[in-house]
Amino acid sequence: MRGGGAGPTLVLVIAVGLLTATGVTLLLERSLTRILLGVILFGNGVNLLILVGGRSGVAPVVGAGPEDEMSDPLPQAMVLTAIVITFGLTAFLAAVAYRSWYLGGNDEVQDDVEDQQIVALAARNEVANADLGGEGPGDDPEQVDPEPPQRGPRRPGGTR
Amino acid sequence: MTALLPLPVVVPLLGAALTLILVNRPRLQRTVSVVALGTNLVVAVLLLVRAHRDGPVVTEVGGWPAPVGIVLVADQLAALMLVVSSAVTLCVLLYSIGQGRAETSESAPVSIYHPTYLVLTAGITNAFLAGDLFNLFVGFEILLAASFVLITLGGTEARIRTGSTYVVVSILSSMIFLAAVGLVYAATGTLNLAQLAGRLDALPDGVRLALQLMLLLAFGIKAAMFPLSAWLPDSYPTAPAPVTAVFAGLLTKVGVYAIIRTETLLFPGGQVANLLMVGAGLTMVVGVLGAVAQSDMKRLFSFTLVSHIGYMIFGVALSTTAALSGAIFYVVHHITIQTTLFLVAGLVEERAGSTDLRRLGGLARVTPLLAVLFFVPAMNLAGIPPFSGFLGKVGLLQAGVAQGGPLPWVLVVAGTVTSLLTLYATSRVWNIAFWRAPQLATAEPVVRLPGLMVGATTALVVLGLALTVAAGPLFQVTADAAVDLRLRTPYVRAVLPGGPP
Repeated sequence: MRGGGAGPTLVLVIAVGLLTATGVTLLLERSLTRILLGVILFGNGVNLLILVGGRSGVAPVVGAGPEDEMSDPLPQAMVLTAIVITFGLTAFLAAVAYRSWYLGGNDEVQDDVEDQQIVALAARNEVANADLGGEGPGDDPEQVDPEPPQRGPRRPGGTR
Repeated sequence: MTALLPLPVVVPLLGAALTLILVNRPRLQRTVSVVALGTNLVVAVLLLVRAHRDGPVVTEVGGWPAPVGIVLVADQLAALMLVVSSAVTLCVLLYSIGQGRAETSESAPVSIYHPTYLVLTAGITNAFLAGDLFNLFVGFEILLAASFVLITLGGTEARIRTGSTYVVVSILSSMIFLAAVGLVYAATGTLNLAQLAGRLDALPDGVRLALQLMLLLAFGIKAAMFPLSAWLPDSYPTAPAPVTAVFAGLLTKVGVYAIIRTETLLFPGGQVANLLMVGAGLTMVVGVLGAVAQSDMKRLFSFTLVSHIGYMIFGVALSTTAALSGAIFYVVHHITIQTTLFLVAGLVEERAGSTDLRRLGGLARVTPLLAVLFFVPAMNLAGIPPFSGFLGKVGLLQAGVAQGGPLPWVLVVAGTVTSLLTLYATSRVWNIAFWRAPQLATAEPVVRLPGLMVGATTALVVLGLALTVAAGPLFQVTADAAVDLRLRTPYVRAVLPGGPP
């Protein structure tokens, strides 16, 4: 990125745009694996953007060159931190995607169950808990068990 | 005194390391956690006293002078947040210890809980104390990484489903924040908040507005402002009760704190005041309408959480001294009350087997103590006089009326309606779950709730009541903090005593 002076090279700027655009497009998908790829691309785009923000030049070490041609070391320090953070978050998301696939057989992000129930109620123009009389819960066909299952069906050969 | 300043960040981190080593010694692990958070509370109170008397406390981490090195700053706002967050995290920790002793079911904390919880606390305090934008980002990331682990604790199907939404949305907001940080640096050449205050003023209006909107977008997602709030009610309720409680109380408020800090210190002048006001109004009304439709206690409280964020944003949008003072008071009140309500929901779940209103009834007769523990914070949230919720709302509405103009008046009306609808939603919970014929969702009810859980919840209820009793002195502190925020010079002068270079 030694574009001969202070400004960033056009290539870097285009790379930032491209990475961010593809990243955002992938983020809009439902499959966690694609979202993961999107996060990686978007994260790298943002990291490059930070790098673009600083002045380019020779290594910022006293004695290595004239001081007014040195690059700005601060964005480089920040981008290192940001890379580590992005990496950690990506790893966690990968773990979540794997766990989701392990438990449910796919890694699609599911809809909110409660939300759909309330939408269904609204469609029938009913009120949640209109009944204050004290009927048992067994009469309600909509009744679901809010307790999540302890664990999903185990796959053969899967280890926890 | 300045030597105390890094402690709220360092002590929980050290505690996290220790508890990780002590995974096989649960008793020692608990002691370390409690001692670490207890220390935090003491340090936070000392810092608040000092910040209130002598102005902001500043420490330069690593010994480099201000614009070059990283600074930690505890002005009155940060110190006050620190006190409340320390008190709340300590109570929730005690609650979860009580819960861990009582049962061995899915909701019981596992051994990784303590280290993660302490890291979360360190992230929150770091965000409050950060004196530069990048350190604020790091604070956010620490607390987010810890919150990811906590929200998917145990890795069950429901938690993974809701957790994945939470993780993706949080990562997205972090990326936006990071991009904004990069752009701010590119535009000004610094990230130190005090130095930024001067340099951002010198930027062209358009650039300044773009940076402001980008930061606002990132913080808006974290604070769950209306168009950006859809992730919250879906993801919070499935986590274990203490985790949901601390998330509801603190994580969104860290976002609100960041909005207050940036809007007052970096971008004063109210360029986006109207946008914020529209956002605040929609957050209030849409949030509370969501709460009215819910049939599960935890989800209902998640929606009131979103809804009441609107009040704080309203205060920030008005940006007068009275409004900021009211907003800060409201943040303090809301952290305490919302956490308490989620802890009570956890107690209900423990006692009755569910928080689903369709399966509950007559709890007031079964456990009168639980009924009192629910009723007081619920009425406090709805803003019944003389509770602190009422005082905070009155402060904000008065500030809105004093401002005048069509939009503030609309917001005043929306605030009143939201308060009434909150009362409707909470009294619906009361009517359904606590009145009627007794009906429990579990075949083998717990006969006695664990003393520590009830004790910790009671402590928070009492803290909520103390906010009412001590509202006078507290309003003095928040008013002082608001004056400092509006002036900006106390903060800048404390960080850069020699003036900005």
